[in-house]
Amino acid sequence: MTTTTDGDTASGVPASGGSTARRSRGDAQELLFPTREQYLDVVGALRDEGFETCADLCAVDYLTHPGRRLPEGVVPQRFEVVVNLLSLSQVRRTRIRVQVPAEDAVLATLFDLYPGTEAMEREAYDLVGVVFLGHPDMTRILLPEDWEGHPLRKDYGVGRVPVQFKGAPGPR
Amino acid sequence: MTEPATTGTGGTAPHADTVLPDPVSGAAYDEASDVGTERGLLIETSEGAQELFPRSRTAPDELRREAGAVLRLPEGVVIDADDIDIEQTDDETMIINMGPQHPSTHGVLRLMMELDGETVLRTKPIIGYLHTGMEKTAEELTYVQGSTNVTRMDYLSPLHNELVLSLAVEALLGVEMPARSDWIRMLLVELNRVSSHLMWMATNGMDHASTSMMIYGFREREMILAFFEKTTGLRMNHNFIRPGGTAADLPDGWEDDVTVICDTVLPRLDEYDELLTGQPVFRQRSEGVGNISAEEALALSLTGPLLRSTGVAWDLRRAMPYLRYDEVDFDVIVGTFGDNFDRYSIRLNEIRESIRIIRQVIEKMPAGDYRVQDKKVTPPPRGRIDESMEALIHHFKVFTEGFKVPEGEVYVAIESPRGELGCYLVSDGGPKPYRMHIRGPSFVNLQGMPVMMRGGLLADGVVVCSSIDPVMGEVDR
Repeated sequence: MTTTTDGDTASGVPASGGSTARRSRGDAQELLFPTREQYLDVVGALRDEGFETCADLCAVDYLTHPGRRLPEGVVPQRFEVVVNLLSLSQVRRTRIRVQVPAEDAVLATLFDLYPGTEAMEREAYDLVGVVFLGHPDMTRILLPEDWEGHPLRKDYGVGRVPVQFKGAPGPR
Repeated sequence: MTEPATTGTGGTAPHADTVLPDPVSGAAYDEASDVGTERGLLIETSEGAQELFPRSRTAPDELRREAGAVLRLPEGVVIDADDIDIEQTDDETMIINMGPQHPSTHGVLRLMMELDGETVLRTKPIIGYLHTGMEKTAEELTYVQGSTNVTRMDYLSPLHNELVLSLAVEALLGVEMPARSDWIRMLLVELNRVSSHLMWMATNGMDHASTSMMIYGFREREMILAFFEKTTGLRMNHNFIRPGGTAADLPDGWEDDVTVICDTVLPRLDEYDELLTGQPVFRQRSEGVGNISAEEALALSLTGPLLRSTGVAWDLRRAMPYLRYDEVDFDVIVGTFGDNFDRYSIRLNEIRESIRIIRQVIEKMPAGDYRVQDKKVTPPPRGRIDESMEALIHHFKVFTEGFKVPEGEVYVAIESPRGELGCYLVSDGGPKPYRMHIRGPSFVNLQGMPVMMRGGLLADGVVVCSSIDPVMGEVDR
């Protein structure tokens, strides 16, 4: 596992940046890059460390941006699941970025640790197509059940409305 | 329904000889052996309907969740389906739909409830009826256009949405914002918090059958919207807070307008006190209804008034100040019991606190620029365009191509009227976000519904839903 802080080049945020968000007290965010095998243990350890709540969970498809900056030793994969944990007692945030390969887009669920990830994991599954194993209700949440594909994937086209101009592409 | 261009890697058909975990009984998966095998992907095909099912067709852990159990069972305890409610069988209970077209679900929310008489045994919110793919749309829009998109998510507090996107973009850009722009933003978002809470007071009153409260709430909110119209040009969906500052300075005489708003709303809150707070019928319908404990709220990632009603004093404005919230005085309102009445009191008093902040903003508003003077981000002023060809080109470039944002990713969160509103932004160095994810507080807070409905009556469903204050535009995005 690789650990960086938000000021490192890995996150692309300049350490000295005096922007509004960076200026905030106690808003420095730690970044963790566990492997899939370490994922549950790392999150479990953080939970015991005092991260009471999981603020956010989402997935990113890096299909068209493979050369992103990652710390040494982290092998980039197509998908990334990003978990934002929040500690109310320590006023601290930690962001966990897990690489998930395209050919096997599965990850263990955080439901047992943080029941609040239930809807978030369903959303990540629905829109990006990462399956969370052990989730009690792994169904689509925003799209209808019979929808095909996962729209936030980069190889999923954007819908178009046909317009009456010559040469305009028809509906995809 | 449109055809997707490609369906990606999912959707492998199950082999006849592969033993799949039963999607209905939901037999526990061996997670360790599934990660990294083909079996994991096969489970995808077991994707089922999203509805609430009869007990005989629901897996035990899902049943517990729908019945409002949140916290982990102690080690070694095995869930037994019969333990959940031994007397209940499918013959004795009835599953009903409330919504998606029910007038009191605050939008197109569909609640499925299992009833035994009038008692609600299980609840499941079903969402997605307003999904318009705004996160996908955001990837097609430049950062300049982005706020037009996000402002439509939470339509009752559009300025908060614009603010969180702008803060995220500015964090990636690493620009230092001028003081005046921060204070203008604070003024606007606090006014927006007041208008959003007033709207909530109105609809919540309506849900408690107090029609006068509805009319009053809308009346006061209209004053604030009129000020927004004067400032931004629009009553809602302002697109006023933009990456790099605001679209314009405040109008002349804004201090007087805002003072009039404060002086009018504050005494009227006392009228609401008289109308609702001390009203026996209102109190009986809200006290002890929709209870949730602090542990449950934290486990379910609830934020905002829901979390504060359980006694947890967590407000991002205080805990992780953004803008200039560390330079103003205000109190974080907390409740004790985590019931509907606490949430009502919190929102009512948060209006008072917001007005306190607004009065301080009027006093402390510094002179200066309302947007950052960074040539890469800021278009030239209108006057320069008539004089200089370069300014015209520059203006054109900013609005057609947009500006480039350095590669990186950032998560920024602010306190919206509903809770933690977060924006996770990934940039690949281009003029459009590579990925923009909005953590909508209503989306997460709706998960509290089964817990708060535990053991309640059907009529409580309306008021519990109201006290969560979901905005479906933000839930479905």
